[in-house]
Amino acid sequence: MNNKGILKYQIISNFDWVIFGLTIIISVVGIFTIYSTGGSGGEPSRIYIKQIYWILYGLMAMLLILFIDYHSLEKLAYILYFVIIVVLIMVAVSGKTVSGARRWLSFAQFTFQPSELAKIVIIITLARYFDDKKIRGLYRIRDLITPAIVVLIPAVLIAKQPDLGTAVVIFFIFISMSFLIGINIRSLFILAGSAIVSLPFLWHFMKDYQKNRILTLINPQADPLGSGYHIIQSKIAIGSGGYTGKGFMSGTQSQLNFLPEKHTDFIFSVFAEEMGFTGALLLITLYIILIIKGIDVVYHARDRSGSLIAGGVVSMLAFHMIFNIGMTTGMFPVVGIPLPLMSYGGSYLVTTFISIGLLLNIKMRRFVDMG
Amino acid sequence: MKIGGLDRNFSETIKVRIIVFTLFIAASFSFLILRLWYLQVIKSDELKLQAENNRIRMVPLKAYRGKIFDRNGREIINNRPSFNLSIIPEYIKDLDRILSLIASEVNVDTEKIKREIKNSSTPVQSIVIKKDISWDEVAFIEEHGLDLPGVFLEIEPMRNYLYGETGSHIFGYLGEITKTQLDGLKVSDYRLGDFIGQYGIEKRYESVLKGKRGSKYVEVDVAGRELKVFKQIDPDFGYNLYLTIDIELQEEVEKLFEGKNGAVVAIDPKDGSILAMVSKPSFDPNLFAGGVSKTYWSNIINDAYKPLQNRAIQGQYPPGSVFKIVTAAAGLEEGVITPDTTIDCHGYFKLGKKSYRCWKKGGHGRMELRNAIIQSCDVYFYTVGFRLGIDRLSRYAFGFGLGSPTDIDIEGEKTGLIPTEEWKESVKGEPWILGETVSASIGQGFNLVTPIQMANMLAAVGNGGTLYKPKIIRKVDTTDGKLINKTDSKIKGSLSVSQKTLDLIKDALHGVVSDQRGTGRASNIKGIEVAGKTGTAQVIRMAEIEEKSDEEIPYEFRDHAWFAAFAPYENPMIAVAVLVEHGGHGGSAAAPIAGKLIKSYIESHQSTSNKYE
Repeated sequence: MNNKGILKYQIISNFDWVIFGLTIIISVVGIFTIYSTGGSGGEPSRIYIKQIYWILYGLMAMLLILFIDYHSLEKLAYILYFVIIVVLIMVAVSGKTVSGARRWLSFAQFTFQPSELAKIVIIITLARYFDDKKIRGLYRIRDLITPAIVVLIPAVLIAKQPDLGTAVVIFFIFISMSFLIGINIRSLFILAGSAIVSLPFLWHFMKDYQKNRILTLINPQADPLGSGYHIIQSKIAIGSGGYTGKGFMSGTQSQLNFLPEKHTDFIFSVFAEEMGFTGALLLITLYIILIIKGIDVVYHARDRSGSLIAGGVVSMLAFHMIFNIGMTTGMFPVVGIPLPLMSYGGSYLVTTFISIGLLLNIKMRRFVDMG
Repeated sequence: MKIGGLDRNFSETIKVRIIVFTLFIAASFSFLILRLWYLQVIKSDELKLQAENNRIRMVPLKAYRGKIFDRNGREIINNRPSFNLSIIPEYIKDLDRILSLIASEVNVDTEKIKREIKNSSTPVQSIVIKKDISWDEVAFIEEHGLDLPGVFLEIEPMRNYLYGETGSHIFGYLGEITKTQLDGLKVSDYRLGDFIGQYGIEKRYESVLKGKRGSKYVEVDVAGRELKVFKQIDPDFGYNLYLTIDIELQEEVEKLFEGKNGAVVAIDPKDGSILAMVSKPSFDPNLFAGGVSKTYWSNIINDAYKPLQNRAIQGQYPPGSVFKIVTAAAGLEEGVITPDTTIDCHGYFKLGKKSYRCWKKGGHGRMELRNAIIQSCDVYFYTVGFRLGIDRLSRYAFGFGLGSPTDIDIEGEKTGLIPTEEWKESVKGEPWILGETVSASIGQGFNLVTPIQMANMLAAVGNGGTLYKPKIIRKVDTTDGKLINKTDSKIKGSLSVSQKTLDLIKDALHGVVSDQRGTGRASNIKGIEVAGKTGTAQVIRMAEIEEKSDEEIPYEFRDHAWFAAFAPYENPMIAVAVLVEHGGHGGSAAAPIAGKLIKSYIESHQSTSNKYE
């Protein structure tokens, strides 16, 4: 620890400006798109300003994360896990209910969705667990029982809110991290098989509107004004954008409110309608570069815990991107999974910045022996 | 711990796994890009069209139906704005609060509204929760606009019958176009849900009144709010109709008729203009204007007295003694009697073994034609009719406009019936019986006439023999007063009788009202010389009820009372026919109404003409 200054320099010199730059660029695109959704309908909406504030908070959180070595975070994992479970229970007991879902916790004038932050805590906790339980060779299914329970407790609490989207994301994070850590292929097939077998049971526990959304995906025209409405209007928005789009603030589907949830879950539809295939392709390219840079962090992380945390983060980000765009283009059911850095919403935005911060954190420390 | 075998082993595994993971993500993104290509390039045109269909809407603009005025330019029917209270469920957060606020002032069925919202296909479509709300209710909704998000008022023109039930049979009513009507029209700009004339003048002059629908192309948002108008074609106003009806006279007659069933027709003998046409019981066309309610419709349809029947042109009654005008004219013209021919009435007329009574039990004694008309002696006319034979008698009846439509421009006129030998052979398959001629000569038996035929006949007698086609439309013009069409008087024919005969009959009819023994004395008015004839149309045969007074006979068996007249006798301005169903005797039930009607019309006419002098 005698040459702390050099260490700091090494860390800062490894700061990944590409990841950071992409994050800022996509966020700015998001601000403009949100600005565009507020364009119509009497009083101009001010939510884009709120989004700017959330981005600034996110940047601060990201900066803060950079200074905390991810190993320290890993050490704190179980405490963080305990805290987030308590908080999720608090939400279940006394959370704020907005349009039928109890997801929010409010302190002062802030409201926050702990379920978003829970995703990062779960990633760190799983990394810590797999780090503690190193085994020779590949993991088998019985080695996954404990981590499965670790994931299941918050997942059930979140699914109960109900926030099916986040619960699905958590499940996917668990699968991805288990896959990366080296579960054997046979176990993977058993896992996949049991998941398929349990689908009918899952169906049984789903709420009617959730079932409808899945049925709708199969045939949106069955109920074009009910549960199929979101998908149909989103496809119209995207498709009518054509090659070049209708232009900034000129998307009729979004400006005239035919598109529901346009500034949150369907922000991509707004963008694709106004910027066309060219714009959408460009945006997806930015996301792909971000993911590739993330995978690079996973690949070149200094150690196993770095790889695991980065892997969890990348799988989370990728899953959000793929599922959100898939949903808006009518390939996945509408379960409310926001688009990273674009969708309006503070909790998710800050969470995304923190998770990207974790990637930067791991990348910065890849050559450094922290001893 | 750092670079141990375990970690190396791990990193080899993880490297492979990362590559697989990367491939998986790459495949997913490829699918997304393909999907975007499919939507934004391949399906783009189709989806662009759908986006345009979402936002551009053709809104039909209802045409304003033409107004209807009376002969003096008084507005009878116009259009008023009606306000429908509507909601868009999507915009309502707290339905219970909003409904209870509405219900505090507007009478609505909140449970029914909730059901309708539940059953509606989409929350963004507006639901009408109450049609045609009152001004107070409109004021309340406007006042509380800020507390009622998602609640709004829709305006549409509503047909407004300013005189309510008055003249309902003439004007008719509107109703929603039926499927059959819509299918029957090859080319039309009607559509389901449109209101069209279903009865009366509203129906007959539908094409003149309806105007032309306009349209506008607007940009709408998801709630259907109009944001921008691209193109607008204004609706054309329907033409205005000016009727020959005097609405004040009409109103007055309807008042005189209150509590009675029957019909009144008043005609201007100079040109055949209908001045008033009443049929009772009537209905309120305002209750049809916004779509008739089930209760009101079933009340009307199941009413034993058939309020929808226009008795003035559809009621067919035996003419009773009013027919004696025809018998007298035929007798004189055919030479079977002269004005001085006297016949002795002993109270009955014998034909073979059968005897036909005179209404006056003891008989009238010996009298000539004029007196026979004044006192309405049955035996005198039995004799005349018997001498004429049915075919000659009926030829005159047709000549006087009875038994054939007057061709008035209102839907559904009935013909009536004037029998001939040939008619009985072909329709009944039986030969004519002489006794039937005797009955026919005083207007009983097979004879059936409508009140308008009677009024028109009296008009022709009064005006010197010209039988007009009755007219009800004076002129048609546009909203800005440009004349479209003026209805000329059409002569249907003339009474083929000599001036001498006509004068004699006119004189006798004057006697009916003015003579001490006249049966129509009750219509006598001071200062106006009325000429007329009473009639009693038998509902069932005389013998069965003959001994009883009117009050003792059940209503439906009582005779119909007729009175037909014109005035002033020298130069008539008005001819009327009054029929009171089951009213008893024409002299007592119908004549006073006719008298008051004539008085009121002539006096108002004199006062208006005095004004200009």
